[in-house]
Amino acid sequence: MTPDLAQSGSATLQQPSDSQEPVVVVDDISITFDVKPVLQNISFTVKHGETRIILGPAGGGKSVLMKLINGLIKPDSGSIHVFGEDVSHMREVDLFKLRSHIGMVFQESALFDSLSVGDNVAYRLHEDRLPEEEVHTRVVEALRFVELENTIEKFPSELSGGMRRRVSIARAIITKPDLILYDSPTGGLDPITSTTIVDLVIKQRDVTKTTSLVITHRLQDAFLLARNRFNTETGKVEQIPGNGIDDSTKFLVINEGKVVFDGTTEELVHSPDPWLKEYLS
Amino acid sequence: MPFVSPEIFAKQRLASIQDYSILSWRAVANLFSRPRYMADIYTQMDSIGVGSMPIVILTGFFTGCVLALQSATSLQAFGSVSLTGNLVALSMVKELGPVLTGLMISGRNASGMASELGSMKVTEQIDAMRALGTDPVRKLVTPRLYATVFMLFFLTIMSDAVGIAGGALVSVALLGLNASSYFHNSYRALQYADVIQGLTKPLFSGFIIASVGCYFGMNTKGGTQGVGKATTQAVVVSSVFIIIVDFIVSRAMIGIFGR
Repeated sequence: MTPDLAQSGSATLQQPSDSQEPVVVVDDISITFDVKPVLQNISFTVKHGETRIILGPAGGGKSVLMKLINGLIKPDSGSIHVFGEDVSHMREVDLFKLRSHIGMVFQESALFDSLSVGDNVAYRLHEDRLPEEEVHTRVVEALRFVELENTIEKFPSELSGGMRRRVSIARAIITKPDLILYDSPTGGLDPITSTTIVDLVIKQRDVTKTTSLVITHRLQDAFLLARNRFNTETGKVEQIPGNGIDDSTKFLVINEGKVVFDGTTEELVHSPDPWLKEYLS
Repeated sequence: MPFVSPEIFAKQRLASIQDYSILSWRAVANLFSRPRYMADIYTQMDSIGVGSMPIVILTGFFTGCVLALQSATSLQAFGSVSLTGNLVALSMVKELGPVLTGLMISGRNASGMASELGSMKVTEQIDAMRALGTDPVRKLVTPRLYATVFMLFFLTIMSDAVGIAGGALVSVALLGLNASSYFHNSYRALQYADVIQGLTKPLFSGFIIASVGCYFGMNTKGGTQGVGKATTQAVVVSSVFIIIVDFIVSRAMIGIFGR
């Protein structure tokens, strides 16, 4: 295990001392592209240390929601607070500072194709002008976390889709962010590679206890996240004994731009909502 | 292409001008605050300046050659073939050197910028950069803008020099003129105002090439087809702008210096 990555970077953020304060507060946001409403009156909160799985059919506005939370786009109405800052009304220059505490894994990895894997992962550290020796150590550490330390010299085009996704995770976690946004980390991957990626998300969740939002439209990935844990002794992901469920993992189900469900795994599987029942079956 | 009402069309054009102006202003102003990406500026200077030298030298040299050849025919009618040096020097320094260099660099680099940034845009690399806490305008546009303005200035000087040299080769080898007389006439023909005019133009052209190339790149939409469209638009718009601004600067310089 990588001990440095196991430490949260929250000490670097001017965060409220009360850890019960929600990390993300989405309050009644709506956004329309051209004439089509993409998200309508979405509200939910994500507490400190929580893993929120955003589930729903493809094209339901999940990725747009993720970009809104990171301030990459602005909502038409409503507000989004991240670490107490209103990202929906912040200036871009202030958002850059806030985003250094947020890691984001993009749907298609979005690696810089003209940079090597090592330089991609080190990007944020180079921006902070850290000494090259420290950068190298941390890059190797982050790549070891995703089990890709032998690809440091390669370019993204030389990697498979799953490997690119893992490099993207390494790039997102290298600064030990206080919030990680995973935008469909398993999208477009085969089931075996998807499981590898989900295992990494579980490992990151259980080792660092970092608050995270995970988008997926695959039910098996969502329930894998809810029902498994990372065993620090064996270094492997295993099912929680006694059909247990991870307490810190909660669900938000979005369909056609509206929140259909917001609650725990237990509540989700016992929901009487007919659409949810059909979706989960 | 869908038909839009004149009102929507006008609003879209105005919005584009506004976006272009904001991008240009931010790109210029970024150099006066931290962080500054000096390494990126030097990389772009190498790519734009050193990388463009072969095409600038070839274009400038053969433009000078053909200018001497063509003008000699007209000058012969007045018995003034010896003034070929004057004509070549004035044409190259005041007009052809700056404009042709600008157009060549536009074809090579505005397209390169639009396609590079456009590809980054459609593959979400620009968003990833923002998500990693980096201002893409500061990191990608500002270095290209300053590198182009700086290097186009020197590329124009080079183009002027090889153009005059090309004119000399034709004048001596084909027209039978004396080399010393050619260079003497060239030197005498040029005045301070001509040189100022010729060296002011690349500053504007460089700004146009980089800002237009980056604007179309940063606003690319619609996948690989969009990248192709952005590249074409960048070259067309920057080339037309270079010629329009060339006229405006020429008129202003004539107004100021009287020639």
